[in-house]
Amino acid sequence: MFDAPTDDMTAPWHARPVPPAPWAAVRRSGGASAVKDGTAETDWAAQVALVRDNRDSAAFARIFRHFAPRVKGFLMKSGASAALAEECAQDVMATLWTKAHLFDPARASVSTWIFTIARNRRIDALRKARRPEPEDLPWGPEPAPDQADTMAMQQDTDRLGRALTALPPKQRALIERAYFGDLSHTEIAAETGLPLGTIKSRIRLALDRLRHQMT
Amino acid sequence: MPIRHHMTDALLLAYSAGQLSEAFNLVVAAHLSMCDECRAQAGAFDAVGGAMLEHAPASEMGGGSLAQTMARIAAAPATPRAAAPRRGLLPGPVRDYVGGDLDAVRWRPVGMGVRQAILPTAPGAKARLLHIPAGQAVPDHGHRGMELTLVLRGAFRDATDRFAPGDVEIAAEDLEHTPVAEAGEDCLCLAATDAPLRFTALLPRMLQPLFRI
Repeated sequence: MFDAPTDDMTAPWHARPVPPAPWAAVRRSGGASAVKDGTAETDWAAQVALVRDNRDSAAFARIFRHFAPRVKGFLMKSGASAALAEECAQDVMATLWTKAHLFDPARASVSTWIFTIARNRRIDALRKARRPEPEDLPWGPEPAPDQADTMAMQQDTDRLGRALTALPPKQRALIERAYFGDLSHTEIAAETGLPLGTIKSRIRLALDRLRHQMT
Repeated sequence: MPIRHHMTDALLLAYSAGQLSEAFNLVVAAHLSMCDECRAQAGAFDAVGGAMLEHAPASEMGGGSLAQTMARIAAAPATPRAAAPRRGLLPGPVRDYVGGDLDAVRWRPVGMGVRQAILPTAPGAKARLLHIPAGQAVPDHGHRGMELTLVLRGAFRDATDRFAPGDVEIAAEDLEHTPVAEAGEDCLCLAATDAPLRFTALLPRMLQPLFRI
């Protein structure tokens, strides 16, 4: 994916083997929105950056309108009452604002990041337990991750979403039950049938870069 | 030394989906702090959650919810910019539960020179730090449920293999094992169990309620 003709990436990790990505050519569209399947899609990472840098409440309102109802729906599917889900969804969105500087778009799309906040809030609200997270990795000298990495992560997550909707209904239902909290960990099968290799490799590269900066 | 014993995909998916008990979450988070391979895989499972959220049935927010959220934000204390993460002898998530680094652990002896410290997690499963003197065996035991053992320092061996820092042993119900710390260095482990251990010898069995093993 890093040997596309337009690639200007010169960092030392470029030589690491990564799976080929035939869609690499569409990656560099950049800008505030990317055109995909003929429809304009909001670049959510750019919106989060506006919240982080400018305390931009219009950008926040856009994120809120899109994600808050989804977070609420996710929490209700996970067994929360409408009132608790509303309360937690507001909380999740407020966390997005206060922790916008902790979001790393090279390692997760905005929807993935919001999912992790909502999941942790659910554990806290429904199970009254803490959620241990892995040790933080340091930020590098460049506060803004490469725009291409950000776009690629977003597109990979979109692609994963399409793969998810294309799964046979039975298999998809099983994954949904796992994520909505309907399965115990012993019932969870790791075989999702989803193409996770690309995203894993991409996150691995971002981690390698952070580790590299630590030494 | 590369990590040889990793988390299973089933555990990483369960961690990502938020289905593990707090004690097991802690062991997974500690392993991910040491293992970028599993951390990336957990990130991929998080991305499934992101895709799921994107396709979740939207549920209309209450009237005035945006304004209420803005009021929450105004009332929230400022989150400071993340300082450079502090490195320690224990992985970050374990330090959070200890309330400090290795020197802050409040050990209790459990016999034969082995010490443990139970970490404060929600009921249902137990997390503990174990300190095993070099060359010492942990009493022969089996499990009623699952046991996850992550090596933090030193190494141990049992009938199945050798486990070094970062390695995790996933012992199912059927495994009867006698882990032995390698000679030369004391072994420090983080372990989680979802049911009390089953000791084969009589004496540890009698001590079990006393030491809450």
